[in-house]
Amino acid sequence: VSARAELRDRVEAAVADRPMIEAVHLATLRKVEQRRAGMSVLRDVEALRALAAQVKQHTLEQLPHYLEEFVLRAEARGARVHLARDAAAARRLIVRIARDNGATLAVKAKSMATEEVHLNAALSAAGLPVVETDLGEFIVQLDRDRPSHIVTPIIHKDRRQVAAALARELGCAYTEDPAELTRIARAHLRDVFRRCDLGITGANFAIAETGTLVVCTNEGNARMTTTRPAVQVTLVGIEKLIPRLIDLPVFLKLLARSSTGQPMTIYTNLITGPRGPDDPDGPDELHIVLLDAGRSDLLGGALEEVLRCIRCGACLNACPAYRNLGGHAYRSVYPGPIGALVTPLLSPGRGRELARLSSLCGACEAACPVKIDIPKLLVELRARTLDTQGVSKRLGMMAWRWVMGSPRLYAAAQQVLRMLNSARIGPWLGARFGALRAWTECRDLPPVPRQSFRQWWRETGQPPSRG
Amino acid sequence: MQGAMTVALMITCLTDTWFPRVGEALTRVLRHFGCRVEFPPGQTCCGQAAFNSGFQAEARAVARRLLTIFEPYYHVVTPSASCAMMLRCHLVELFEHDPRLRRAAERRAAGTHEFMTFLREHLGVKPEDHLHWSEPVTFHYPCHARGLYSPADLQAALGGAGPAPRPPGQVELCCGFGGMFAVDLPRLSGAMLRDRLHDLAATGVRTVICNEGGCALQLEGGARRLGLPLRCKHVAECLAESLGLMEAT
Repeated sequence: VSARAELRDRVEAAVADRPMIEAVHLATLRKVEQRRAGMSVLRDVEALRALAAQVKQHTLEQLPHYLEEFVLRAEARGARVHLARDAAAARRLIVRIARDNGATLAVKAKSMATEEVHLNAALSAAGLPVVETDLGEFIVQLDRDRPSHIVTPIIHKDRRQVAAALARELGCAYTEDPAELTRIARAHLRDVFRRCDLGITGANFAIAETGTLVVCTNEGNARMTTTRPAVQVTLVGIEKLIPRLIDLPVFLKLLARSSTGQPMTIYTNLITGPRGPDDPDGPDELHIVLLDAGRSDLLGGALEEVLRCIRCGACLNACPAYRNLGGHAYRSVYPGPIGALVTPLLSPGRGRELARLSSLCGACEAACPVKIDIPKLLVELRARTLDTQGVSKRLGMMAWRWVMGSPRLYAAAQQVLRMLNSARIGPWLGARFGALRAWTECRDLPPVPRQSFRQWWRETGQPPSRG
Repeated sequence: MQGAMTVALMITCLTDTWFPRVGEALTRVLRHFGCRVEFPPGQTCCGQAAFNSGFQAEARAVARRLLTIFEPYYHVVTPSASCAMMLRCHLVELFEHDPRLRRAAERRAAGTHEFMTFLREHLGVKPEDHLHWSEPVTFHYPCHARGLYSPADLQAALGGAGPAPRPPGQVELCCGFGGMFAVDLPRLSGAMLRDRLHDLAATGVRTVICNEGGCALQLEGGARRLGLPLRCKHVAECLAESLGLMEAT
């Protein structure tokens, strides 16, 4: 099966899954509205977005400098900093840290970087059980499912599916009451927190000036993950750096608002080094693994600005294509518009066809808190992956170029359309091949009027010739 | 006409083929407001279909023709928000590495206007001062109008005498057209189209003001398939009718 046909089949299956699509519609449209309301109270949203974009862009342009500063500051505060060149290196490093510390049970706060390197599978293979502590991720794990959204991992599930998974896996009484379901999960996780000895997190930001990790959650699970176990490992992409502590509020104002419309996440943890002599809590050992995995290759290139992304998920919620596909159709840890970009860029060879899953409507760019020009980058990516487009499309574009390069061929093509139209082939131009068949799969082809504009102009419209 | 502003019409492939009445309306309205209107022969397409699909060489070939054809004109006016954006933004990107064509593309970008913005910014004409509505209308805001005017601008321009326009529930929602996207992944395009049509139909009105031929083709084809009583009309047609320059439809 060609890549082109494969994507088409995947799209058809996703679009046809009505219960899933309805769940995704409900949730994303609600989030779009919440974001709008949340942003509307800011005095100057555009200025704030511009500033956030500028800070991120500046950091990327000076990334070696800020990385060096971050490592220096974090180590000065007692953290142990590691650099992982790729996903395999990150897995090896973290498995080794777990072994060295004799870890028996790991807890994990939600982290896209750990998803990206498939850390859970590596730790399980090494004999270390890992429990997801974010409620959504916990349910995904229980149900042996995959997350379908970078912020709301079970956006594709309805309440009945969640209830069934908890009853089946935890042996509790079946209930669909969200508060009761949350209470059951909380009680279960509380016991896990009591027994765990390794805490794993990602980070939303890493502050170069102070060597600080910033972890934002709504459930407080990251706080538990970073205080209860004796050892903490944080995996963070190198693009998450920001220069100074004073830059942080710019992003805190935008992150939760973009995700869920909240002014801020309920918990915002700033973690600088392991537990000090005067600290009431915190890990005895803090490991920070800085993940490159394709990021530094993007620096200075035409697609560099994808590294500004703060993983807020606003582009997924805003995207009418994501809304009609759900996240699984992207077959990537990163779905949606930003996923269509970062998937092939961070893991070369994978997801090269995803750039086609967009009408380029620009809703993503309009929602992006760091002003990533997603449509422009998607077009750039399409230009680099013409081989995924199929022979017929490539031949079609060659033909298009001939037709549009010659007014006579162009007029002839119009005439052919008009004839097809008057011949009424099949059910209202139910053409059987090519672009016309694809068009008439979901819509009719409106009739072609007898006279084109240019014919009207020649016969009626143009001014009488002068003198 | 002494001192009249000369404008060249750019009536691109979809409008030329499926919505010739929109071109006629543009011609009549621009003349009404004192412009000398020309239609340079030889024009075909703005090149966006290839550009958006990543076929830059093909897009460049078509765009180069376009630059030559419109070279003699200072003002180019098009009824299509999308084609306007192609000329105002993307030609410069296409010719980034060719200094001569890049300069030509920059000049063309500055001198190319979407119809409604041209009326307002260059002729000082507000559509709302001239429009008369016999029935309420709703509107579809074309995604590519983002760089040209806001949904609020569009709603204000559709004020005028008679019933006020009824905005759809989701003011900025793509119709799913996206050029080649519509035929590349028809089921996805069709699902997005269904969302857009149901939202428009929920306003309970029949006429959708849509200043973009691509969206209009998609919306009209979809409405017909789903059996929804919706039709698209360009603001130029409404103006021409309100000004008595064309028969009402």
